[in-house]
Amino acid sequence: MDNLKDNDTKTIIKVDDLQTSFFTHKGEVKAVDGVHFDVPAGKTLGIVGESGSGKSITALSIMRLIEAPGRVKGGSITFNGEDLLAKSEAEMRRIRGNKISMIFQEPMTSLNPVYTIGDQIAESYQIHQGLSKKQALEKALGMLELVGIPSPKARLKAYPHELSGGMRQRAMIAIALACNPELLIADEPTTALDVTIQAQILGLVNDLQKDLGMSMLLITHDLGVVAETCDYVAVMYAGKIVEYADVNTLFANPKHPYTVGLLKSLPRHDIDQEELEVIRGMVPRPDDLPNGCRFAPRCPFAREMCVERLPDLEDQGDGNQVRCWIHTDQWDGPEVNVRDDYGYSESTQS
Amino acid sequence: MTTDILKVRNLKQYFPIKGGILGRKVNDVKAVDDISFEVKEGETLSIVGESGCGKSTTGRAILRLDEPTEGEVDFQGQDLLALSKKDMRRKRKDLQIIFQDPYASINPRQTVRQILSEAMEIQDVLPKDKREARIKELMKTVGLGEHQIDRFPHEFSGGQRQRIGIARALSVDPKMIICDESVSALDVSIQAQVLNLLKKLQRDYNLTYLFISHDLGVVRHISDRVLVMYLGKIVEIADKKSLFDNPKHPYTKTLLSAIPVPDPTKKKEQIVLKGDVPSPIDPPTGCRFHTRCPFATDKCVEEDPELRNNDSLMQDGHRAACHYIEEIESGEMKPNY
Ligand SMILES: Nc1ncnc2c1ncn2[C@@H]1O[C@H](COP(=O)(O)OP(=O)(O)OP(=O)(O)O)[C@@H](O)[C@H]1O
Ligand SMILES: Nc1ncnc2c1ncn2[C@@H]1O[C@H](COP(=O)(O)OP(=O)(O)O)[C@@H](O)[C@H]1O
Ligand code: SF4
Ligand code: SF4
Ligand SMILES: [Mg+2]
Ligand SMILES: [Mg+2]
Repeated sequence: MDNLKDNDTKTIIKVDDLQTSFFTHKGEVKAVDGVHFDVPAGKTLGIVGESGSGKSITALSIMRLIEAPGRVKGGSITFNGEDLLAKSEAEMRRIRGNKISMIFQEPMTSLNPVYTIGDQIAESYQIHQGLSKKQALEKALGMLELVGIPSPKARLKAYPHELSGGMRQRAMIAIALACNPELLIADEPTTALDVTIQAQILGLVNDLQKDLGMSMLLITHDLGVVAETCDYVAVMYAGKIVEYADVNTLFANPKHPYTVGLLKSLPRHDIDQEELEVIRGMVPRPDDLPNGCRFAPRCPFAREMCVERLPDLEDQGDGNQVRCWIHTDQWDGPEVNVRDDYGYSESTQS
Repeated sequence: MTTDILKVRNLKQYFPIKGGILGRKVNDVKAVDDISFEVKEGETLSIVGESGCGKSTTGRAILRLDEPTEGEVDFQGQDLLALSKKDMRRKRKDLQIIFQDPYASINPRQTVRQILSEAMEIQDVLPKDKREARIKELMKTVGLGEHQIDRFPHEFSGGQRQRIGIARALSVDPKMIICDESVSALDVSIQAQVLNLLKKLQRDYNLTYLFISHDLGVVRHISDRVLVMYLGKIVEIADKKSLFDNPKHPYTKTLLSAIPVPDPTKKKEQIVLKGDVPSPIDPPTGCRFHTRCPFATDKCVEEDPELRNNDSLMQDGHRAACHYIEEIESGEMKPNY
């Protein structure tokens, strides 16, 4: 509530020290380990990170869809001032697909194959707005038009398998938007799609967001998608956020060595690059995480202090938050400019 | 002088669709429909295009993993399609392939040592007593440690498994490698490692790559020339620089404009296409792009444009298959969105 004095920064959802683990026979897998962020009303927060960094589990935790052996074991999730973790399952069901909607990466897993697209969209209106079947179907038709499905009248009666990938994704969006949610969580909504279809879908979501004023949490591993659609960005690595900033700051002035490495290793179609910079090594296994900074085994700047102690996510004064010793006054190494000095002195080929 | 190591002429790959009680052929999927191109020795030619446009089918047809319906594939002066099955298998020594999913192409029950020695055994590349040393050298070449030689594929990360696939392809000393989405499944940090490795190997061994990918960032990085496919046809082919800086086909332009750029200050003009990719079973008549092309006319619906150069607008070797290259360039024809 502390943000309410400033209209621009009214917070729709606030995630505080979220911890979600899977308790497997091999031990505890800390998939999400102390994640903080908030999404301002009407804005889009992007969560980026490589596969396995904990993006989807963060989203599923918010939706309270974590299944055994997983469990949200700590932290709080505040949606419009209410604690989601304290809700009963019945209360959550009323929130899901009503105030908070989610689009999943693979549309086929969340579309019901035995019901028509029309029935599935209409259901949302019937449940959440108490409309009759006939009224609900009329609304559903309007929604299919809105998401740009060609010949929407005929598609009302189509089953999911009769649609192409791009149309199924649009049908999913139609279902997710039917309840006019305050928050839309989209987990890799376009990763499985071709770029020309991706451009259609992202354009559509952006337009709808403007029209309906909803907030969005967009999960992706694609930094290009982030640059084009998000207002704020959180970079995740091994279950933790390592950098958080508004989109312009993050791309113009990235501060965490992992963010810099990601940007430099990305092959781009719009500029020439001789050799790609790499991030040496690989993502740590979630059941075998380093004790100190989780990026230390791969970081070209790592020092003993990094291996021993985990840095906090600290405010840099310019709206940027970074989890790295370099950006603290405790840094005991030589002065570095992460962006200019990034790289490994020896050959990175090995 | 560079020579063409591979020449593909009028290649067609149709897959029959069977139907009815008798299982008769009712139609074809025209996955690759009459394409011709060359690959020069030592270069990387990339094939790009959206899902289902025929990229992988082209690669598989060249290797005769599927038997092509029609056409010629000349590799090092020899027509591969005229070879017996046995001779073709021998030929794969010089022409290797690396797939997208290393898991699907590597036997999970074999150790790295077994995988590599089997490949050498089949092609009989080295006397038995020299193979052990060669395996260790290969491991080093692709950046794996000797201590990992007796490990199984599941004990490696995705990027490392892809390196095993690369080591296996290299083990028989090929002249050319077809890379089918070889880095697509990898995270960016690992992808950059594998791309750099592929480039280094090319320099060291004068390898030729036919590089299949849907990722134009990766393609810009690795290629010398680029070939763009749409629904089984080549729509444009050019040097990398010409293709990215001076695309001439409306589809290529759309494709380039649709890729999100990781730079929020570059708010580029996006061409958004209507509709989905049509089916290759009943592809559109005339120019196959006409159902989505903002410039399409009646002529486009009727006549299939040929792949051509206009030397006042395009570099040597740059060709595009559009009736209206000149009119679109001059602004005489306006897009109709
Ligand atoms: N064995 C087969 N039988 C029938 N149709 C096939 C077969 N193999 C491929 N096709 C079809 O041929 C067309 C081209 O397929 P191909 O695998 O070459 O696409 P691609 O360009 O590699 O796409 P992607 O980017 O998705 O890998 C597709 O419509 C596909 O469904
Ligand atoms: N059901 C599960 N059991 C054990 N570990 C899991 C399970 N689901 C996810 N994880 C682990 O949690 C981590 C984060 O997963 P996820 O959020 O899906 O990653 P991503 O960032 O790719 O979306 C990964 O290391 C993953 O292996
Ligand atoms: S804390 Fe140390 S190891 Fe971690 S990112 Fe910063 S410099 Fe690198
Ligand atoms: S030939 Fe016609 S339909 Fe095809 S790309 Fe050119 S203008 Fe478009
Ligand atoms: Mg995920
Ligand atoms: Mg393919």
